[in-house]
Amino acid sequence: MDPRRGPLAVPKVRRVGFFTSIEPSPETPRPNRSLSGPAEAITSSSPLSDSPSGQFISPVQIPPSRHHSDNLASRAAPVPVPGPSAFRRQLANDRALHVGSYNPVDSLLGTSPPSSNGEVSEDSGSLFGFQRSDSAKLSASFPNGGFDMTLRVRAPQESEAKVAIASTSDGRKKNVEASGEGESVAAKPLKEKETKSLKEKTSKAERRAIQEAQRAAKAAAKGEGSKRAGESSRPKPSKPAKQPQPKKEAPQATSSVSEKRAVSVEKERRMDVPQTQMQYDDKSRVDKAKRRSVVEQTESKNKVELFLHLPQYERGNQLPNLSSNIFSLDTIHHAVYKVGLQHLAGDIAGDNARCIAMLHAFQEAINDYTTPPMKDLTMDLTAKINGYVSFLIECRPLSMSMGNAIRFLKNQIRKLPVDLSEPEAKASLCSEIGRFIDEKILLADKVIVQHAVTKIRDGEVLLTYGFSCVVEMILLYAHEIGRKFRVVIVDSRPNLEGQKLLRRLVTRGLDCTYTHINAVSYIMGEVTRVFLGASSIFSNGTLYSKVGTACVAMVANAFSVPVIVCCEAYKFHERVLLDSICSNELGDPDAIANVPLRNNKKHSKTMDNNKNLQFLNLMYDSTPAEYISMIVTDYGMIPPTSIPVIVREYRREDLLL
Amino acid sequence: MPDVQSTVLEFVNKLRKRKIEGSQATAKCTVELLRSVISQQRVPHSNQASALIDAVKAVGEQLVAANPVELAVGNVVRRVLHIIREEDLSLATAAMAGLDLLDASDDDGEDDNCKGVGYSAMSAAVAAAAARSTLRPPSLQTLLEGTPESAAVPYTSSSGADSESKTADKSSITRKLKHDVIEGVNHLILEISGCHEQIAEQAIEHIHQNEVILTLGSSRTVLEFLCAAKEKKRAFRVFVAEGAPRYQGHLLAKELVARGLQTTVITDSAVFAMISRVNMVIIGAHAVMANGGVIGPVGVNMAALAAKKHAVPFVVLAGSHKLCPLYPHNPEVLLNELRSPSELLDFGEFSDCLDFGAGSGSPLLQVVNPTFDYVPPSLVSLFITDTGGHNPSYMYRLIADYYSADDLVM
Repeated sequence: MDPRRGPLAVPKVRRVGFFTSIEPSPETPRPNRSLSGPAEAITSSSPLSDSPSGQFISPVQIPPSRHHSDNLASRAAPVPVPGPSAFRRQLANDRALHVGSYNPVDSLLGTSPPSSNGEVSEDSGSLFGFQRSDSAKLSASFPNGGFDMTLRVRAPQESEAKVAIASTSDGRKKNVEASGEGESVAAKPLKEKETKSLKEKTSKAERRAIQEAQRAAKAAAKGEGSKRAGESSRPKPSKPAKQPQPKKEAPQATSSVSEKRAVSVEKERRMDVPQTQMQYDDKSRVDKAKRRSVVEQTESKNKVELFLHLPQYERGNQLPNLSSNIFSLDTIHHAVYKVGLQHLAGDIAGDNARCIAMLHAFQEAINDYTTPPMKDLTMDLTAKINGYVSFLIECRPLSMSMGNAIRFLKNQIRKLPVDLSEPEAKASLCSEIGRFIDEKILLADKVIVQHAVTKIRDGEVLLTYGFSCVVEMILLYAHEIGRKFRVVIVDSRPNLEGQKLLRRLVTRGLDCTYTHINAVSYIMGEVTRVFLGASSIFSNGTLYSKVGTACVAMVANAFSVPVIVCCEAYKFHERVLLDSICSNELGDPDAIANVPLRNNKKHSKTMDNNKNLQFLNLMYDSTPAEYISMIVTDYGMIPPTSIPVIVREYRREDLLL
Repeated sequence: MPDVQSTVLEFVNKLRKRKIEGSQATAKCTVELLRSVISQQRVPHSNQASALIDAVKAVGEQLVAANPVELAVGNVVRRVLHIIREEDLSLATAAMAGLDLLDASDDDGEDDNCKGVGYSAMSAAVAAAAARSTLRPPSLQTLLEGTPESAAVPYTSSSGADSESKTADKSSITRKLKHDVIEGVNHLILEISGCHEQIAEQAIEHIHQNEVILTLGSSRTVLEFLCAAKEKKRAFRVFVAEGAPRYQGHLLAKELVARGLQTTVITDSAVFAMISRVNMVIIGAHAVMANGGVIGPVGVNMAALAAKKHAVPFVVLAGSHKLCPLYPHNPEVLLNELRSPSELLDFGEFSDCLDFGAGSGSPLLQVVNPTFDYVPPSLVSLFITDTGGHNPSYMYRLIADYYSADDLVM
């Protein structure tokens, strides 16, 4: 523990930031290690050292939070915004100690700070992941105990790896393996670590070169598989034009082009640019998408002109049809089908719930999956997943977080080692999905709760809008630990989700005030803090959330009330968004047309066929970053300007590796 | 008198029970009531003006107390008081001028006709000058003219005129005053009922082709305004916020569609999302305060903030009866009205999870359902009244044209 603890305590200021391309100064003094290896070795190994901060020139400096520093004494895993590598390393040492020690109900300033706990278990998970994938490669014979040695061994080893990369060629993988074989576990995290280290330490150009090399290697490895797949009658899974929502398809695109290396390089470059969403005013593409669609949708007759680029369909007529089809499924797995119908019917609402339901369905589908003869698991499964995804999109447009989760899954599939047997691969995929749910959603929520609750003091009046399960957890937890506060729940038509939250809070004995969104400026005068949930946060800091959130944030801003957004980091997205028009989802217009008016109930009904009258049920809106005071996420509490940093530094290793 | 009293009480009850809603309707009812009060009021031979003023004030106080939030009532009462004062003053000045005339030409002193001519000839100019100098709060003009008279003059001058004038004139002046006041009140009624057209006439100057307009609440003024632009062959689109929980937006949308406007109903929560594509926000006010602030349907502040954020013009339509000479203090709370919670939540719905017996006994659940919203003047781009467009900063001056300084506090 000691070699680990010392360095961890050193950086007083945590930095999360951009790397500069000129940066990788090999001479950067390492606090813990006086490695006298070649400069390159140090560079490559640096992520293993505990201080990501030492190396970055960063625009954001996050001083250690109070309880973090409290904890430094008792525990060495402190950071609110920890370098993941630090944890990974730490984990390598005492995983057994801390994994599973997470207890969300721990007292706030208890011995286990939430962030570190979350991180620890997360990293343990990812460690398992590495173990899995590498054990396949490295004959799976290394016990966990081997981790203890990692610390010492890793540096030279990685240097070796780095050398291997430096002499990049198609055979890179082999090099790595070769180097891995030398030491025990050391090479295990290589693949992952390497890329990460490169990402963190090398210039963009360097990184690019290495990535290309990696692709090339992969392409070579997959050569046979793809050839086999080529023979099959099944169409190539990923022609971007055929994707209903190519935005999400990025990783998959890379996997499919693996035959041609040159193309793959090209594609990969494109992949970095977030792809555009499907525009529904593009006739030809809509027609293409329609031909393949499972859900038969009739376009609504009375479209809102401003939103022609979004799907506007008649509602409520597909469900009976679809549910009767459930016994005659051919392409869609029944679990996915069920989730799709639930999305369509609105039985599952809330981004986290939808995402978890989808992932569980995918888990089930993967479990039941058998690779057809003469096909490659990676290719075929990706194609299958794509089919599922486009079905889900037909049911209801995906949320950004679901897109991220799908991307994660596809990356996992892509990452599967070729020589893994099918049951193993399936098991590993399922466990990866389970890990994603546990870490990125459930644990992240708990971490967020722990963070956010520090911002609730006695006597406060907290306002929340609609229903966000994280906010609900925060409020309930704060109540549980004895904070005295009042909650204002602002609600809006047509979903009235706030009533659900109101019911839950009132049942638990919280003091609640309920009002509708129009009255928000009436009630805002007495509010001291606003807690909001999020559907996604874009890299320009724009909060994409339930429609009305922007109104609440704006009014809070006008009344100088701090706005705290609670959002799991897996919902961050690298797209940018300026307004709520370009990217949105339209709900059922009838939900607005039907008004509980007592005196004239049917006035809107008689108007139904009038061309001049439209009802617009916008589902989301985007809140500009300037209205947001703080974002509470599983990496800590950050300003909205730090979103691109998080997306860039933490996302890639989670999703794209 | 008794029947007047009963109609007053009836109207007070209506106000209390919110049977009458909308500032135009209340304003109209108030004026008509005051007209009957005036016409039935017996005026003494001396000091009739103050008698009328007292009577109107007494009724006005009842009406205002019945529903202080309905500011149009107070506005109209003040307007009527102002009319009485003005008419009284103009009569007084005319009488003085008449006396001068009589002195000059002694021989036809008893000729009523001649005096009438004198009235008509003189009154316009003299009364206007007198009114300007006496009734208004001190303005630059009065300062420059150096008129020493205060606003309290009308009483003394009228009584002075009375005492000086002959008994033969007295009865005619008495009749004349009441008659003139009722004329003035009738004029006010016409003005109130005709303010829509006056405002709508200006629509063509503000709405152009292909405009996107956001509105909320249900205002007849807005409806007429938009339709006037439509009649002038301007094609534009209207977004209507539905205005939960009263859903007045739906009513407005229905009427707009019936008149052939391209209308889209949006939820109130989508106001911010849509505002970036809106060219102009047009709302009807419930009342316009002297500082240029607006009291409007609930949710209007949100729209105003969003409009400000996106630099969208925020236009308020208000008839002159909505101009309130008061300066607001904490209007969100003091000039607001909380409606029934049942519009938001069904009463029975949460009875199962509420524990009234526990702890302090205060219910854990409150439901807030305000009716009005206050928009500070800084968020308003333009007022369009029946006298034209005005800046928020000009409203205090406009208000000084309609009310006399004595009546501000009732």
